[in-house]
Amino acid sequence: MCVALPGTVIEKKNGYAIVDFSGNRVKARTGFVDVEVGDPVLVHAGCVLQKLSKNESDDLTELMKEVGAF
Amino acid sequence: MREELKAVIKYLKEYDGPEMNIMEVCGSHTAAIAKNGIPTILPDRIRLISGPGCPVCVTPSSYIDRLIQLSMKEHTCVVTFGDLMRVPGSETSLSAAKGEGARVAMVYSPMDILDMAAREKETTFIFAAVGFETTMPVYALLVDTIVRENIPNIKLLTALKTMPPVIDYLCRGGAAIDGFLAPGHVAVVTGSDAFEPLAEKYSIPFGVSGFSGPELLIAIAGILKARGEGRVMNFYPSVVTREGNERAEAMIDRYFDVCDASWRGMGAVTGSGRILKKEYDWIDAGSRGLDEDRQKNRACRCGEVLMGKIMPTECPLHGKVCTPLNPQGACMVSTEGSCYSWYIHHRTK
Amino acid sequence: MKQTIAMVHGSGGQATGELIRDVFAKAFDNKTLNLMEDSAAVPGSGTIAITTDSFVVTPLEFAGGDIGRLCVCGTVNDLLMRGASPKYITCGAILEEGLDIEVLRRVIYSMAETAREAGVQVVAGDTKVIEGHGGMYINTAGVGFIEHGAVSAAGARPGDAILVSGTMGDHHAAILGERMSIETDIKSDCAPLTEIVRNLTEGGIHLHTMRDITRGGLATVLKELAEASERQFVIDEELIPVTLKVRDFCGMLGLDPLYMGNEGKLAAIVPEEEAERALSIMQHSKYGENACRIGTVTDGPKGQLIMRTEIGGERDLDILQGEGLPRIC
Repeated sequence: MCVALPGTVIEKKNGYAIVDFSGNRVKARTGFVDVEVGDPVLVHAGCVLQKLSKNESDDLTELMKEVGAF
Repeated sequence: MREELKAVIKYLKEYDGPEMNIMEVCGSHTAAIAKNGIPTILPDRIRLISGPGCPVCVTPSSYIDRLIQLSMKEHTCVVTFGDLMRVPGSETSLSAAKGEGARVAMVYSPMDILDMAAREKETTFIFAAVGFETTMPVYALLVDTIVRENIPNIKLLTALKTMPPVIDYLCRGGAAIDGFLAPGHVAVVTGSDAFEPLAEKYSIPFGVSGFSGPELLIAIAGILKARGEGRVMNFYPSVVTREGNERAEAMIDRYFDVCDASWRGMGAVTGSGRILKKEYDWIDAGSRGLDEDRQKNRACRCGEVLMGKIMPTECPLHGKVCTPLNPQGACMVSTEGSCYSWYIHHRTK
Repeated sequence: MKQTIAMVHGSGGQATGELIRDVFAKAFDNKTLNLMEDSAAVPGSGTIAITTDSFVVTPLEFAGGDIGRLCVCGTVNDLLMRGASPKYITCGAILEEGLDIEVLRRVIYSMAETAREAGVQVVAGDTKVIEGHGGMYINTAGVGFIEHGAVSAAGARPGDAILVSGTMGDHHAAILGERMSIETDIKSDCAPLTEIVRNLTEGGIHLHTMRDITRGGLATVLKELAEASERQFVIDEELIPVTLKVRDFCGMLGLDPLYMGNEGKLAAIVPEEEAERALSIMQHSKYGENACRIGTVTDGPKGQLIMRTEIGGERDLDILQGEGLPRIC
């Protein structure tokens, strides 16, 4: 369920943002998250659900900490 | 491949601890697990079980029937995600109804309905609002716009469901599950803490996971290591927080009440749904009481598959009478339904 | 004022004649067609390849192509895959009432231009008008000559290399983007593969099997070839070329690039010892710049298509089931 993908805010408008996904652009409502141009955000069905926290987005190391040592 | 990931794979491949049944409750997890070939990496003693997390798979047939009925009405257009098009009701599907003259439009976002309704004022547009916590905020936002702008020609036919109550229902019913891959995008909205009471109550580990192969492997390893411990681990920290998106949750609460909901093949689960509040009845296209669930084929065992009681291949219809081109139950329709996923990937474990 | 197709254009009388002269004959302009006989008489000999195809795309014009270009590419590529050099095609146009004649003119001129690029002549045509909402459909027949021996779908042998001529999913994503109102930079890849195939043949490559990767996408095509040859095909996920924009487009809509169609890509199965040379030839041909090797034919279980995933798992792939609709919720 719930297909959602991270993209980048490229334009901020009243109540929504234009979010780019590597050359695909959609209008995404921003009612639940305050966003700025350049923010990486998670979009589901035309709505921004969350801002990606910095540093962790691409980092397996963080996840490994949660697993602990083998 | 990264060294850390290699270590995780080695750990999983060499796992010789007690047998573990891990349920992924999210349909996108089911799809991602098959796409990444994860079952072929795991030893037989780690079993992945697909739970009731594909929204179209758990929508009762009376809802689909009602939707089809609406789509055939004059001056009416049903607007939906692609997911729902081929799901069979008690007799037919939206896709088939379209062939008989029904008006059905497929969109990427529920918000697309606003432009459609503004362009064609004489037509009533009905959004087929199915989904879980992830999609509910989008519907809440749509309702908010309808209310504030007093738009008369948009309605919602809802079948909204929530995850924690149905997980509780499964555990209470004695399902043999030793750990949960918790739905990552649901948790973006609810927060990982939504699963804490369940973890404690049943002493089962929950691993909130993302959707890539590496993320899933790490979460599975984490769940194995936490066997028997009632705690929630967050393996999707880039977007999931403990508290979730509180603004989104508040907006859901403003427009929707908690209700009992009917799950296809499983029956009613107390407090597992959401429905538009009475004062917004004028936006509802008749969602109340759509609980009846008539199977197209009585031998269909979708319900037991959804509850993790049997593997899809244990259903007598699987791959014989029931195939993606001729689905007998909803689990074979959706590309994230467990029967579909097992069928197309020739999955046997 | 916008001129549109009306039922009278299908009457067979004056209006039909004018439409044909004004649009079709002008665009296709060649000696055979200009005779306006009941059928085309053309020179030919030896073994001929014949194919037919119908085109029903919406919208009629899309990023990277239109129904006119599409119908030439589809027909020509089908002939090429059999080892034939395409020579002649026909154009049966079914027009719906209300079709903008300017749109018709554009797609028919585009068809003519693509035919010239692909080295084929449009030698016969027909036009009919039906009730409707301004759409159009084209049916084609194509004829080609087989000069160097036919290529069969069953020709793959153990040890052969599996090559593809470029990135996957572009056409399907471009069309779906238009239909779902998603603004995208993705363009359809629809293109005639004449040059790639000619260069491979003239370069002395032994093409054991070829198939254009259209509806159903790469997985469907390779599964069918694996079944036809009764071999096992093993491909590597990380070698399969997909542009980032198509990858993300699929991610947004829950689609799988392996099942997304193209209209200007082929899969070629060649002997291992010729693989590198074949790849280089493809990369130096028009529309083959991103060609790469994605796997190998083995003598494993017959008819099986296995993809080794990036994390070291295996995925047992089948042909496309259902319609490949986007999923979101």
